[in-house]
Amino acid sequence: MEFWQNFDWSLLLRCFIVGGFICIIGQILIDKTKLTPARILVMFVTIGTILGGLGIYKYLVDFAGCGATVPLTGFGNNLAKGTIEAVKENGFIGIFTGGLKACAGGVAAAVFFGYIASLISKPKMKKQ
Amino acid sequence: MDNMMETAKEYQEYVNQKSPNSPIWKNCFNAFWIGGLICSIGQIIFSFCLYKGLDETTSGTIVSITLIALSAFLTALNWFNKIGKIAGAGSLIPITGFANSIVAPAMEYKSEGYVMGVGAKMFTVAGPVLVYGISSGIIVGLIYFLFNAQAVLV
Repeated sequence: MEFWQNFDWSLLLRCFIVGGFICIIGQILIDKTKLTPARILVMFVTIGTILGGLGIYKYLVDFAGCGATVPLTGFGNNLAKGTIEAVKENGFIGIFTGGLKACAGGVAAAVFFGYIASLISKPKMKKQ
Repeated sequence: MDNMMETAKEYQEYVNQKSPNSPIWKNCFNAFWIGGLICSIGQIIFSFCLYKGLDETTSGTIVSITLIALSAFLTALNWFNKIGKIAGAGSLIPITGFANSIVAPAMEYKSEGYVMGVGAKMFTVAGPVLVYGISSGIIVGLIYFLFNAQAVLV
């Protein structure tokens, strides 16, 4: 297939390594601190938003592609990036419309598929 | 009193000895390769979308939606828990963890009904993530607006 012939394997390697390292940071937080997973997720999104707002995160995205965008820090970066772009385009109102617009697909998909998945699943007595 | 202190100390030592040493190296290794693998799956989908002529923003959204749908259904089949037990942060930190955090409580509280059970409990973890994500995004936008007000208004 032509797709695989033109495929950027070194980008995939960088993506694997950077994505993996971001997860290691999360794993260390789980093992070495008493932070709950919810707090860790909130932390990662907020850090991603701050790094995105400062314009630092985009260098990581350029370097690692989905290795930087798939972890939740990428979700935060997307929010910041979308907000800044909307401010450039629409001025003040963009502050409020940009963030959600940029991650609308992900949030809507998570809510919808989450609802469908809970419908088809059988309730368990015990979680994990 | 002194004796009690001594006993407490001994007991603490005993507990430290008996409690399992968290195998942090093994956990980190598993988080690394499973997290990396999830990102790589995303990268392959992303590159394929670009190859099909879609722009970067659309491709990124398709990657998110695909990974979210995948982990939602893996959660519904109870497979995600099994992966998560090995992967730890490897499946939590990627967007798959966000989807799982929505589906898992929705499933668990299904017996409490479809509105206050599924509908409300879905957001026990995702809610805070959205609250802090959106709020910090708005603050970033506000700061950007204030510093570039002239450029935007003119």
